[in-house]
Amino acid sequence: MAVGAQTAARVALGVPQPRPSAGLWSNAWYSLRRDRLTMVSCAVVLLIIVLSAGASLLAEYVFKTTFEKQDLLHTYGPPMLDPPAYLLGSDEVGRSQVVRLFYGGQVSLFVGFVAALIQLTIGVLLGLVAGYFRGRIDDLITWFITTLNSIPTIFLLIIISALFTPGALTLTLIIGLLFWTGITNFVRGQTFALREREFVTAARTVGAGPARIMLKHILPNVLPLIFVLTAIDVGTIILAESALSYLGLGIVPPTPSWGNMLTNAASYFNRAPWLVVSPGAMIFLTVLCLYLIGDGLRDALDPRLKGAS
Amino acid sequence: MWTFVVRRLLYAIPTLLGISIIVFLITRLAPGDPIRLYTFGALNVTEEDIQGLRAYYGLDKPLAIQYVTWLTQAIRGDFGMSLIYHQPALGLLFERLGATLQLAFVALFLQLAIGIPLGVMAALRRGTWVDNVVRVFGVIGHAVPQFWLGLMAIILVSVTLHLLPSQGLLTVGKDVWDIPDRIRHIIMPAFVLALAGIANYSRYLRTETLDVIAQDYVRTAHAKGLRERTVIYVHALRNALIPMVTALGGLLAVLVSGALVVEQVFTWPGVGQFTYAAARAKDYPVIMAGVMVASTLLVLSYLLRDIAYAIVDPRIKVK
Repeated sequence: MAVGAQTAARVALGVPQPRPSAGLWSNAWYSLRRDRLTMVSCAVVLLIIVLSAGASLLAEYVFKTTFEKQDLLHTYGPPMLDPPAYLLGSDEVGRSQVVRLFYGGQVSLFVGFVAALIQLTIGVLLGLVAGYFRGRIDDLITWFITTLNSIPTIFLLIIISALFTPGALTLTLIIGLLFWTGITNFVRGQTFALREREFVTAARTVGAGPARIMLKHILPNVLPLIFVLTAIDVGTIILAESALSYLGLGIVPPTPSWGNMLTNAASYFNRAPWLVVSPGAMIFLTVLCLYLIGDGLRDALDPRLKGAS
Repeated sequence: MWTFVVRRLLYAIPTLLGISIIVFLITRLAPGDPIRLYTFGALNVTEEDIQGLRAYYGLDKPLAIQYVTWLTQAIRGDFGMSLIYHQPALGLLFERLGATLQLAFVALFLQLAIGIPLGVMAALRRGTWVDNVVRVFGVIGHAVPQFWLGLMAIILVSVTLHLLPSQGLLTVGKDVWDIPDRIRHIIMPAFVLALAGIANYSRYLRTETLDVIAQDYVRTAHAKGLRERTVIYVHALRNALIPMVTALGGLLAVLVSGALVVEQVFTWPGVGQFTYAAARAKDYPVIMAGVMVASTLLVLSYLLRDIAYAIVDPRIKVK
């Protein structure tokens, strides 16, 4: 109360108010904590990560089976509580759907997050270089982006995976190498504007080289919104990977992934429609939460945009 | 205006060249010999025959020469013969282009016809349940995996309710011009393909409309005593739609891309499905032609977008 009265008095007297020193991140964290939807989304994504990471433990102690253990007497089993392994039913060779779902999560999430990290690194570096040096380098990078963006991504992914039949790691790398253009465009635009600002001139006058200016002075100003883009990209990559695996070209069985679990399920949906529901629902839920986190982060980091999109 | 169009057309050339180089390199650097795959299991094929076939298809020459040969032929519309069908690759694809374009344009129509009203409605009723529903839908529509949505739609609509057919352009044996039959076939794939775009448009138009109705000239229109409807439809909506033209190019891209997966789910005989089958069979000429056709569609849609934008918004300098 005393503080409130003091503030009121200051306002009345026209004295500038002492603002509690809060940086961008603590401000963002403050508003994020109050954003229930974003917090719930974070919790759901964390839960999916934990369940997937602990898939082998869960399989051993809770469901008492493994992801490859077949049971030809219990094929196309409908969802049931007993035994717990058939919580979400069993597939065409009697494997536990729920255990395979968690294992599939490992692969899908790994591809999503690692590929996003790769594209983030490439995207930020190229964007900084193109925006800072402009001229020839910028022309070259822009041309490459235009070219890459003019090939429908799914076509490119399908050709590469059909011809090279990559494993999970190579696939992650390939996706990472194809998705960076959005981030580069964003960083490039921001760098264009920032390099003309006084603090960059100041840094240059005291003798900072281009690398230092780009990484120490420009990058921190661009970083917040990059996190937003990255959260959304992880979702987009998970969608792309699942589509590819569904087509039989991404992650190949016996390694389960959410996408390739649907390939088989699709051919048996007359006998076991529930096998189609759960992997798709997992993809949907994960991607939805990642998009919501992206939206929430954007609102938190840039309050002007709140409710705008 | 014409100089602008010509300039943009010229810009498309290096892009198309770049695409052809990338795709050419990918197909040629891939492990696995198409000739060996093609002759696999065939009896009486000697090593000499294989070498002969390699020479016939020009696969024994250095990469750069192969590329130049391919390019000079491609410019004349000759993408080579399909290794599987023994017919010109481009011709095979053009036969399927109609189906893809049909699907893409119906989906585009659905996106505009549903997305725009949704977005405007949400903006005009900001903060109400209508707005919330549209906003939630805007996120959900993006996060649903298209192929899964397609599968679920087939299970629900075709298998359980027996309402619509689940695959193909038309019922086998029916007349090609049996329009009602064709419509019944296109409903599901078009809606599945359109969903992400509907979400996108509604989101986009909501933002734009909110932006525009806060402008001074809208206030002026209100102050003149114009009816609410006139203000919205004549003054606000017109300007809110301008940036949509930009979104159009991007959405065509999404349609061409997404069509591949949707075509596969609904066995829709389009460019995407055909290219996919070619990629699995390592039918190089068809792969190259397929990607070039899809990419050219994309480049053209970007081009149309830029021209449309220049026409719609006179503030854009025509250099």
